[in-house]
Amino acid sequence: MPQDDINRQAFKEEAYDLLGELESALLELEENPRDQELIDRVFRAMHTVKGSGAMFGFDDIAAFTHDVETAFDKVRCGELPVTRELLDLTLRARDHILELLGDTTGTRAGSAQAKAIIAGLRGLAGAAGGQDAAPADPASAAPGQDEALAAASGGEAVTYRVRIRPGRDIMLCGTNPLALLAELRDLGAGQVAAHIGEVPPLSELEPEGCYVWWDVILATDKGEDAIRDVFIFVEDDCEVTIQVIDTLGALEGDSTYKRLGEILVERGDISADDLRRVLGEQPRLGDMLAEAGVVSREQVESALAEQAAVRRIRKDRDEQATASSIRVAADKLDDLVDLVGELVIVQAQISQMVSTRGDQELTTLAEELERLSDELRDSTLSVRMLPIGTTFSKFRRLVRDLSAELGKQIELKTKGAETELDKTVIERLNDPLVHLLRNSIDHGVEPPDVRRAAGKDPCGEILLCAEHSGGEVLITIRDDGKGMDPASLRAKGVERGLIARDADLTDKELFSLIFAPGFSTAQKVTSVSGRGVGMDVVKRGIDALRGSIDVDSRPGEGTTITIRLPLTLAIIDGLQVQVQDEFYVVPLSLVEECVELIQSPEERRREQQVLNLRGAIVPYLRLRDWFDIPGAPPEIEQIVVTGVEGQRVGIVVDHVIGEHQTVIKTLGRVYRDVEGLSGATIKGDGSMALILDVPRLVRIAAEARG
Amino acid sequence: MSQLIMTVDDSASVRQMVNFTLKNAGYDVVEASDGKDALSKLSGPIKMVITDLNMPNMDGITLIKNIRANPAYKFIPIIMLTTESQATKKQDGKAAGATGWIVKPFKPDQLLAVVKKVLR
Repeated sequence: MPQDDINRQAFKEEAYDLLGELESALLELEENPRDQELIDRVFRAMHTVKGSGAMFGFDDIAAFTHDVETAFDKVRCGELPVTRELLDLTLRARDHILELLGDTTGTRAGSAQAKAIIAGLRGLAGAAGGQDAAPADPASAAPGQDEALAAASGGEAVTYRVRIRPGRDIMLCGTNPLALLAELRDLGAGQVAAHIGEVPPLSELEPEGCYVWWDVILATDKGEDAIRDVFIFVEDDCEVTIQVIDTLGALEGDSTYKRLGEILVERGDISADDLRRVLGEQPRLGDMLAEAGVVSREQVESALAEQAAVRRIRKDRDEQATASSIRVAADKLDDLVDLVGELVIVQAQISQMVSTRGDQELTTLAEELERLSDELRDSTLSVRMLPIGTTFSKFRRLVRDLSAELGKQIELKTKGAETELDKTVIERLNDPLVHLLRNSIDHGVEPPDVRRAAGKDPCGEILLCAEHSGGEVLITIRDDGKGMDPASLRAKGVERGLIARDADLTDKELFSLIFAPGFSTAQKVTSVSGRGVGMDVVKRGIDALRGSIDVDSRPGEGTTITIRLPLTLAIIDGLQVQVQDEFYVVPLSLVEECVELIQSPEERRREQQVLNLRGAIVPYLRLRDWFDIPGAPPEIEQIVVTGVEGQRVGIVVDHVIGEHQTVIKTLGRVYRDVEGLSGATIKGDGSMALILDVPRLVRIAAEARG
Repeated sequence: MSQLIMTVDDSASVRQMVNFTLKNAGYDVVEASDGKDALSKLSGPIKMVITDLNMPNMDGITLIKNIRANPAYKFIPIIMLTTESQATKKQDGKAAGATGWIVKPFKPDQLLAVVKKVLR
């Protein structure tokens, strides 16, 4: 940000000035060691350099200046005399700060010279006795900073009763009680009841005093901490009590809120006895209580207001819950999807049959049927799709707690929270993602001081990203931590007997070693990870979802983990193809185009199988060869050009039949591990076609080719 | 109508940052370099003061006392800028009449959050 640079530049100029002034003050101080004004000038210069330095990111200068400031603070208070030694050290310190200002690489911060100066100063200051405050940590408790904290404590909407009793003199400090109430209202829906019972008659009223106090019924999902934060400046001048009076869970119970008497007793406004006594008589409890002088009219009204407010909140909540969503058992949805699948198959059969009849009316009806079943298909499948965002928000809390536990500063950024995935896929992704995040936090991102020493921002970042790409969902976890070292992975792999000593592996292959069972390079086992059972379980989980997981890393810079999942919609649009007598389906979303391929037998035998597609080189593979289908190919073959992972690959088949609505049926346990197939389907004529797992196919073929 | 805030600090870079942050958020700003300067500029529709504590000529605590003694500005919110190690200063500030505090170093967002909190 340019403004940051402007600020830094401004600070540098100011610092140069201050250091110049500092030098002259110190020299003058040598002549007049007791001049208080000079001492103050020196102290202020140090204080400003330190304070402003920290503000604009010059942490090394701030940290170094801290000790000088401490020493001169003691001088200011008369605890430490101005000696030759002190002045020497301070002048040297000043020189060092000058160096730090000019030095942009930050390498000299820990130099021996700096250490000597600090040691000397500490020696002097320590001799004067007293405690030194630790250097200021940028993570200080200014309000508004810890929004993550507040959010983490929140979640569900809870109704609180907040009783605010400001001290009489609260306004003399410039506090506006109305501002406090407004800030509370920012947190959620609130009902304020004011108590003016203590306002004295005009003759006794001090106009600058605050005699009013308030009850606020507040429904918020931000958590109790957020409510307390509102009163952070007035903790000493204002009595604040917060009570939870209603939570979402209470929805199941009785929908009528407490009775007036209960509320008053709960608040301590009346005693249970008083309540009972007065109840012995008759109507309008509130009136009677007020008349009996047991409670003020306002307190009654305030309690009635609470009752009305909570009743209303509950009613709203009820309505909302019924209006916007319904709970449905997951297996009912599964049944529905199955039925829709069957319907689509039959519809395809009808369409097929109708096309051969040539009956105009029938054809029109069949087309209408096809359109409707398409819509039904899409609609039903989308019912099971949920945005992955809810999973992402759960992780914020995890990252926050875990990084705090390990003494690290880590920020979780997310992208693509609206990306939708099938409900079961999201559920089954949860554990692997949790483990991967824990890994990044535990082993990936370094502690703040290590990061600072490496010239990185002390606060690490983990980016969690989800997006649709082709027929897949891509989920990436990227951290800017210390990355993985291929060499040490290799060593561990050899040690664990997973690879041969002389095996020649690419970096990528070495990174994939982390998924092998029993592999773990963590030196010690933490409560979080390091037991060597994590990553292989993650891989198995992803495999079970028919996805794939990739790791890329750069030592010192970070690690990126990419999970690919097929968009396992139960019904997809497919392109039906034929090789000999076998039929296959290619997911239409992956198909870019089809071209003809005419080759002589000699050309066919050549190793290099690439196609020149309008100037671009597109490699291809032959399904016939891949699946070992006997027979000879026709003279003119077809290449289905697919786009996978940004790469184009051609699949050579005999014929391209056409578009086909494909209901995915799983192949059953026996065939599940066959490489290259992701399922099967029933064609319009009732026979079977196999669905190609194109990304997998392509990847394996690429690897086989080497 | 933008609200006018006075910022008092002997560090020009801090003044500049506060000025920029507040102006960007729609406030008007008048700057002063120390307590004495601030008092001389204390006039007109100033709605809030943000002041450093450690300044030449007149420090923050004295400034706060003086502002509170002026009937026209007796009830405006005053925020002091302190450093971590000045915990006792917070007490002194409060006793002198400060409304709240921000600990240095602070980020622009934190500054704006506090302003929003006390100035409505």
